Amino acid sequence: MTQQQERASLEDRVARILEVAKQRGADAAEVAVSRSEGLAVTVRRGEVETVEQTRDQGFGISVYLGRCKGSASTSDSSPDAIEATVAKALNIARFTAEDPAAGLADAELMPTGVLPELDLFHPWALDVAAATELAQACEAAALNADARISNSEGATTSSSRSWRGYGNSHGFIGSEPATRHGLSVSVIAGRDSGMQRDYAYTVDRVPEALEAAAAVGRRAGERAVARLGARPVPTARVPVLFGHDVASGLLGHFIAAISGGNLYRRSSFLLDALGNEVFPERVTIEECPHLPRALGSAAFDSDGVATRAKRLVEGGVLASYVLSAYSARRLKLATTGNAGGIHNLRISDDGLDFEAMLARLGRGLLVTELMGQGVNGVTGDYSRGAAGFWVEDGAIAYPVQEVTIAGNLKDMYLNIDAIGNDAVRPGNIVCGSMLVDGMTVSGA
Amino acid sequence: MTEAWDLARQRLLAPAELDERALEQVLHSMLGPRIDYADLYLQYSRSESWVLEDGIVRDGHFAIDQGVGVRAVSGEKTGFAYSDELLRPALEQAAGAARQIARSGSTPGAVAISGKGTPAPLYAGDDPLVSMADADKIALLHRLDRHARALDPCVSQVTASLAAVHEVILVLASDGTLAVDVRPLVRCNVSVIAERGDRRERGSAGGGGRLDYGMFLAGDQALGWADEAVRSALLNLEAVPAPAGSMPVVLGPGWPGVLLHEAVGHGLEGDFNRKGTSTFSGRMGEQVASKHCTVVDEGCMPNRRGSLTVDDEGTPTGRTVLIENGILKGYMQDKHNARLMGVAPTGNGRRQSYAHLPMPRMTNTYMLAGAHDPAEILASVERGLYAVNFGGGQVDITSGKFVFSTTEAYLIENGKVKAPVRGATLIGNGPDVMNRISMVGNDLALDSGIGVCGKDGQSVPVGVGQPTLRVDAVTVGGTAH
Repeated sequence: MTQQQERASLEDRVARILEVAKQRGADAAEVAVSRSEGLAVTVRRGEVETVEQTRDQGFGISVYLGRCKGSASTSDSSPDAIEATVAKALNIARFTAEDPAAGLADAELMPTGVLPELDLFHPWALDVAAATELAQACEAAALNADARISNSEGATTSSSRSWRGYGNSHGFIGSEPATRHGLSVSVIAGRDSGMQRDYAYTVDRVPEALEAAAAVGRRAGERAVARLGARPVPTARVPVLFGHDVASGLLGHFIAAISGGNLYRRSSFLLDALGNEVFPERVTIEECPHLPRALGSAAFDSDGVATRAKRLVEGGVLASYVLSAYSARRLKLATTGNAGGIHNLRISDDGLDFEAMLARLGRGLLVTELMGQGVNGVTGDYSRGAAGFWVEDGAIAYPVQEVTIAGNLKDMYLNIDAIGNDAVRPGNIVCGSMLVDGMTVSGA
Repeated sequence: MTEAWDLARQRLLAPAELDERALEQVLHSMLGPRIDYADLYLQYSRSESWVLEDGIVRDGHFAIDQGVGVRAVSGEKTGFAYSDELLRPALEQAAGAARQIARSGSTPGAVAISGKGTPAPLYAGDDPLVSMADADKIALLHRLDRHARALDPCVSQVTASLAAVHEVILVLASDGTLAVDVRPLVRCNVSVIAERGDRRERGSAGGGGRLDYGMFLAGDQALGWADEAVRSALLNLEAVPAPAGSMPVVLGPGWPGVLLHEAVGHGLEGDFNRKGTSTFSGRMGEQVASKHCTVVDEGCMPNRRGSLTVDDEGTPTGRTVLIENGILKGYMQDKHNARLMGVAPTGNGRRQSYAHLPMPRMTNTYMLAGAHDPAEILASVERGLYAVNFGGGQVDITSGKFVFSTTEAYLIENGKVKAPVRGATLIGNGPDVMNRISMVGNDLALDSGIGVCGKDGQSVPVGVGQPTLRVDAVTVGGTAH
C-alpha cells in the first residue's frame, strides 16, 4: 500500500468504528487506532543474539452517554471484536457517574483544512543482514574503544514504522504516519567487583540522520571506562551540574507538576502557580509541536485538538499549564492541546558550552546518571541515587558512585545558576546541562 | 486441569479454528538440525479497571488482548515474531520469520509432545472480572471513598481503583512441553491527599493477588487499605527532613523486602550470570551476604501476586534457594539460559505478553525469618533510620549499586522510634549491604500484593517479603546535614 492508501485505510477504520458506536446508541464517541511494524536485531560479542519482528495493532474507544463515560480497547482487529469492544465501552458508561467535565473537546478546537506537514515518515529498507552489520560495527567500536572494555551487553539496531489515527463524533478524523530508527550499545569495563557499565544511542525519524555506528560505539566505550574506580564522596552541600541527558528529566518533573491531571487532583507542588516566578528570570521554556522530523511532533493531541506552539515559561514566570480538554474543564480553563503529553519541549540556554559549565561549577558534583523514583510530585521533595564525577577547579577529578542527591524541585528550579548550550537533538525534551546550587550530596 | 484445557480450547483455539494438531504442525515446520528449541505461546486476556476520584466513578476501562508469540532458538541466537491474529496463516507467517534465525533447508526433526506432569493449579480458573456485579464494584469504591474521608477532615482527595485480569495461556514447545494456565489477578488501591496549613502529602495503600474481587471484602481488607493510606498521609504531614549520610537502618517486615529484589534478586537472574555482566557472576558457593541471610524465590505459593502454576515456558514453578546462610546457592533460570549454562530451568521464564520474549524473572522473593524480636532490633540502634514503607527501587546489576526510596520512615534515637521523616532514597552496593545485615527478625511477612517488576521494558507482577532487618550502614539521601 502507498502512504496515501495506508492513511485512507486507517481513517476508514476509525470512521467505521465511530459508526458502530453511533448505531449502538452512543451520544458521542472518540476512537484511536494504531498500527506499527518493525525489526530489531541485537548482536552480542559479534554474533546475532535476537532477531525480533514486531507487528502491533489495536484500537481504543471512549463513548459518552450524556456525561457518563466508558472506554474499551483491543488488539483484535476482526469486525466481531469492534462490535464487542464498543458494546463493552457502552456497558461501562451505563455504570459510571454523570461528570459535568466529561465529553469530547469542543468542535471548534479540531484542526481545520490540511494538517501541517510534519515530515515524520522516512521508512528504512532495513533487512536482518544490514541491521546485523550495523549493530556489529557499533559494538566493535565500543569493544575497541579501550583495552579495559571487558564485556558487552550487546548492540541493537531497530527500525519501526507506525500509523496512528484519531477521530471523534464531531466529524474530525486525522492520521499521522511516523518512523523511528535507532542504534544503541551497552558495554562493560573492568572486572569482578570493579565492573562498570555504560551505554550510548542514537535515534531519529530519518535513517540517514542517525549518528555513525562507530561514533556511538566509541562513546559507549569511553563512558564505561571513565566510570572505573568510582567511589562515594563525603556528605556535603555543594552545587550539582546535571549533564544534558539527566537535566531533561528535571524538566520532565516540571511538566508533570504543571499537568492538568496533577493540578485538579491537588497532587502537584506547583498548584496555583500560573503567573508566579518558578525559574530564574532569564529562563524561557517553549513547546514547538510542528517541528519537521522531530521526535515529539504532532498536529493534534489525543483529544483531537489542534496543537500549537506556546511558551510555558517566559521570563522565569509560569505562562501556561499543560492541559487536556477534561483537566481544563475541571480547572475552569481552556485546553492547551496537551492531552497525551507535550510535543517538543525546548529550554533557553546561557550560551555556555559544557567546558564553561564545568568551570562555572568549580567544585561540586557532575551527575551523569540518576537512579530510582525518589521524586514526590505532591511536595517536590527530590532524593535520588546518582553517579557521575567529582569536579575540582572546573575539571573532572575522579568518578563518583553510590551517592544520593537531594533537595526540593521548587527550590532547585529557582536555584538554576546556568544552562549550557550542549543540548543534543532530537528528543522530545531538548535541554542543555543544568547547574543547580545548594543540593545535599549524601555519601560516605 | 481439564477445566483449564476446556477454557484454552474455547478461548484460544476454537475461534481460530485451530486444534493441538495444527499447532504441532506449525511447530514442526520450524524445526531443523540447527534449531535447538522452538515454542509457540498463545495468550488471551480480558482486563478491566474502575477508578473513583472526587467522589464519583467517572471512567472505566475494558480490554481484550490476544495473540501468539513464536520463538526459534539456535545456540545463543533467538528468532522471534508474533501476531495478534491466532489464525493459521498468521501463525505460519510468524513461524517463518522466527525460524530465519537459523537458515537451513533440512528436513524437520521429530517432536514428542507430552504435556506430562502439569502441576495442580495454584489458583482458581474462574474469571475474576465477573466475580462481582459491576454495580457492586462501584459501591465498594464509594465505600472506600466515604470511609477514607470520614477518618480525618484533613483528607482532601481520595482516589480508589479496582482492577482485574483473566488470562489464558497455552505453551507448546519442541522439548515436549504442552501446558495451559488460567491466571486470575486482582488489585485494589487507595490513594489520598491530606492537607493541613500549607503542607500537603499523599498516602497510598493497596493489595491484591491471584484471587477474585471477594478478597477485598473478606475481613474488610480494602477498608484496611483506606485506613492505611490516610494514616500514612497524616503521618507525612508531620514529617521532618530526612537525615543525610551513612547510618544504621532498620527495615520493617513485608514490602521493604524490595531491598532483596534490588540488592540481590536481579543480580541472580540467569541471563546476567551467563553473560558475566552481574556483580554476582561466577560467585556460586561464595559468601555474598551475612550468615543471617537465607533468601528464596518461590513461585509456587497459592494465590500470591507473583505466583504461577507454570511459568511462561510451561515449566512448573518451585522454590529456588538463592542464598543460604549467606552463601550463594542458585540462580533463577529460564529454559534458554539454563540450556546454555547446563543447568535445569527453575520455573522463572516469564514474559509480559505474547509480544515479548521470555527471560529469567523473579516470582515471590523473600528472606526467611531469623531469631530476633523486632523490638530488640530497634533497641540496638543508637542513631539511625527505621524504614517501614517504600516506593520503588532500581539496580545496576553490573556495579551492584541499588536504590530504594522510603515513603514512611522514622528517626531512631537511643533505641527509640522518634519523628517521621520525609521521603529519602537509600543507596548501597548489593553484596556490601547484604553483608552488613547483622540482625534478622522473627516476624517474616510478605507484601500485600502490589509489586510490579520492570526489566528490559517488560513489566510482570511480583511479590517480596522479609522479616525486620538491621543493616549496620546504608547511605541515606535526606537533606538534613
